[in-house]
Amino acid sequence: MTERAKDEAADIQGLVRTGYGSLKAARYILLRIEDSNAAKQWLSSLHFTSVQDCRESKQNQALQIAFTAAGLAQLGLNADALEHFSPEFVDGMVHNESRSRRLGDVGTNAPEHWDWGAGDQEPHVLLLAFARPEKIQAIEETLRAEIQANGCILLRCQPSSDMDGREPFGFQDGISQPKMDWDGALQPGGAKDRDYRNRMAAGEVLLGHSNEYGFVADYPRDGDIGRNGSYLVYRQLAQDVTGFWQWLRDETGPEEAKTLAETMVGRTIDGQPLSGLAKMEGSRGRNAFDFSGDVDGVVCPIGSHIRRVNPRLGDHPGGNIDFLGNLIGSLGLGGTAKHDAVASSRFHRILRRGRPYGKTMPYEQAMQPGAEQMEAGLHFLCLNASLARQFEFVQGAWIASPAFAGLAGEQDPILGDRDREARGHDCDQFSYFDEDRVPRRIDQIPQFVNVRGGAYFFLPGLNGLREILK
Amino acid sequence: MNADIGLADPDNSVLPFGKFDALHTARFVMIEDPSLGDRIEHARSYPVHEPDWLIFLAVCDGSADRLITDMERSASKGLASLFCNCIGFDPEIPIGQWMSEHRLKPDASYRNWPGRSMVQIREEAALHHALLKTQLANREASLGELNQRLREVGRSVPLTPIPRPSITERVANCLSFLSLPVAALLLAPILLVLLLPFLIILRLRETSDPVLAHKIDRERNNALMALEDHDITNPYSAVGSRKPGPFYFMFSKVALWVINWGARHIYSKGRLARVNTIHFANWVFLDSNRRLFFASVYDGSREAYNDDFINKVAFGLNLSFTSALGYPRTRWALFEGARHEEDFKRYLAHHQVPTQVWYKAFPNLSTYDLARNARIRAGLEKPLKGTALRRWIAEI
Repeated sequence: MTERAKDEAADIQGLVRTGYGSLKAARYILLRIEDSNAAKQWLSSLHFTSVQDCRESKQNQALQIAFTAAGLAQLGLNADALEHFSPEFVDGMVHNESRSRRLGDVGTNAPEHWDWGAGDQEPHVLLLAFARPEKIQAIEETLRAEIQANGCILLRCQPSSDMDGREPFGFQDGISQPKMDWDGALQPGGAKDRDYRNRMAAGEVLLGHSNEYGFVADYPRDGDIGRNGSYLVYRQLAQDVTGFWQWLRDETGPEEAKTLAETMVGRTIDGQPLSGLAKMEGSRGRNAFDFSGDVDGVVCPIGSHIRRVNPRLGDHPGGNIDFLGNLIGSLGLGGTAKHDAVASSRFHRILRRGRPYGKTMPYEQAMQPGAEQMEAGLHFLCLNASLARQFEFVQGAWIASPAFAGLAGEQDPILGDRDREARGHDCDQFSYFDEDRVPRRIDQIPQFVNVRGGAYFFLPGLNGLREILK
Repeated sequence: MNADIGLADPDNSVLPFGKFDALHTARFVMIEDPSLGDRIEHARSYPVHEPDWLIFLAVCDGSADRLITDMERSASKGLASLFCNCIGFDPEIPIGQWMSEHRLKPDASYRNWPGRSMVQIREEAALHHALLKTQLANREASLGELNQRLREVGRSVPLTPIPRPSITERVANCLSFLSLPVAALLLAPILLVLLLPFLIILRLRETSDPVLAHKIDRERNNALMALEDHDITNPYSAVGSRKPGPFYFMFSKVALWVINWGARHIYSKGRLARVNTIHFANWVFLDSNRRLFFASVYDGSREAYNDDFINKVAFGLNLSFTSALGYPRTRWALFEGARHEEDFKRYLAHHQVPTQVWYKAFPNLSTYDLARNARIRAGLEKPLKGTALRRWIAEI
């Protein structure tokens, strides 16, 4: 019998299915719990939106909840039960120096400089409130009052901004997203997975479901506390908008700044794929492409942002050929090491649920000398079932690593931490081909994005939530 | 001996690794087997205790004897201080001789690119560095100008010609290559007769052998992680028991012999099957073949290394470790096994041991860097144009 995630829609928080895009306003509310009994009682009285709710009717507002490991402990979950959660979650994002090193949380990104996430600024609970802009203020005020009355301390209440689908640098964002298999139709494994696909097994997001390896990974089973839950990663990323565009302008002049930015991102500012990439069969729109015809990164640089965060590769860079071709490929007797340097995408996908914050301006204005600096950035949120294999891998091995895809001296051109000291070698370069297909390399790229806070949360299923609040 | 956590000091006073030009990587590992307890229930014919081992593992150019002689010459005191607590240590015997007498012959080993010497690695890295600086300094130059400047600079970097293997080496290599097909041919009648009983026993054992997937001990795992990712490259050390009985003894010996043959003759150009990030790997039996010690040198983080293993070379891992106690369930010794992701990652975590002292003579260089630097040199030595020229410059 195939288990279908959609049959459990009433138990799954709506965020797994939707980012609530039609509700243009959001608040990210970070709490610490003082009186766990009062907090439990209060949280039990709230309605948290399920996937079922979203299916049945259009939601005018939505509330979601997630806990850190410290939060679960504060609510009285005993240490043994806690150890059934994944080790990365129990450790937390900030409590381990080697984790910080791998995630690029070093130098100015180090947790000691964060606004929240470490020490007494480590949250216990994350409440996510979504609503129409005219309604959000009232919701916020109600929650604020309830928080205070029910044994909790409000650490932060962070609003999102509606930037019309763009992030603060001006690029269209959130275009690429894996499609979760709600119907239990996907049978991972076998030759067909040598081709890239955008669909992924439900177990890559939801605990208790079969994942891309075809197995249900271990999860906290007592009282179904873990089932239909997911790990939620929250990182607040501050973006230096004027710094980004002024550096580009200094580097290439005002006319070429946009082109270089688009080369670094790997998409046009309006979210179109760079022209010349192969169309991908069976999909449409701005995501219907892959890099199979551009193995050397002549059109879209190997180290560009979108190619790092999703290399769009199947289990073999040559794809699904025929039995003999596949066998030769699998034995490593065909092709070259250089063109087989990146892992298959399907094991390293994340569901992004973030929104921008702060104020921004058109890029033409941002690149003017003396343009006013404004606080802006991204509340980066994502869901995954394996923090180690999904979020930490993408962040560590693909975004922050100078050795990604056999490159050297580079990091993600947008997100890189550029901390030479922590790595012992350069990581401030970017290589690409210019419009005449001449290979170019730039260096001394500054840091444009700073981590301001972050934590690993667990977004429980609604039955699991009842168990937690019991 | 360590400069910082996870990295040895090349000039440390005990054994100054940096002094030995032929040395690629070196490690000291204290093997305190965390998995011996598994024997109580699952390998009752084995003793519950085994000696702890102190293993020194070096990858070097030339012969081991020459390295030992060099080390003895400049660090005999330090070496003696390291080994003096070992069973059978005799201060009367010269340390070099003692080390030679206690050398373990690997049952299988793999090198990313046999023949690539430290001289070559250093010179080609210097070449790359010089060309990189030139490329960065000529951001506006046309393709032709850029090519000309790069070649001028490239030609000024001294490069020692790469020595070709001698006749004796080539003959030995050829004989070694023939060993597997010849043995297979000669033994074909016996092998055919044995095939069916072998497959029956294999399947019977595979379907009933215990799988031990202990939940990862978070503290132990964090202690291992603290030593990792201080360079692009990490050392990996693991130890575990072989499944008891003559069947798996024979099986593992033959499997490792085949792996050793494949690693030497098929996968000698930078790729172990599809895994391109391994500098070195080594399998050696300890304690009368009851335990296997596995050591490797790989690029990237452990999670990435494990995933690479699962997705690209599960068949090879299964072949070499299906005879290991507690390994995830395999099918026909090649299939499934490591593909049970969670069982496999837990199995690895259960058997990994910390590498206390770790030295790498070429910091920050990955296998891709080494291969790329060699390609850049090859490109410098011949005239290029068109796409080949663009590709050559892009590699810098």
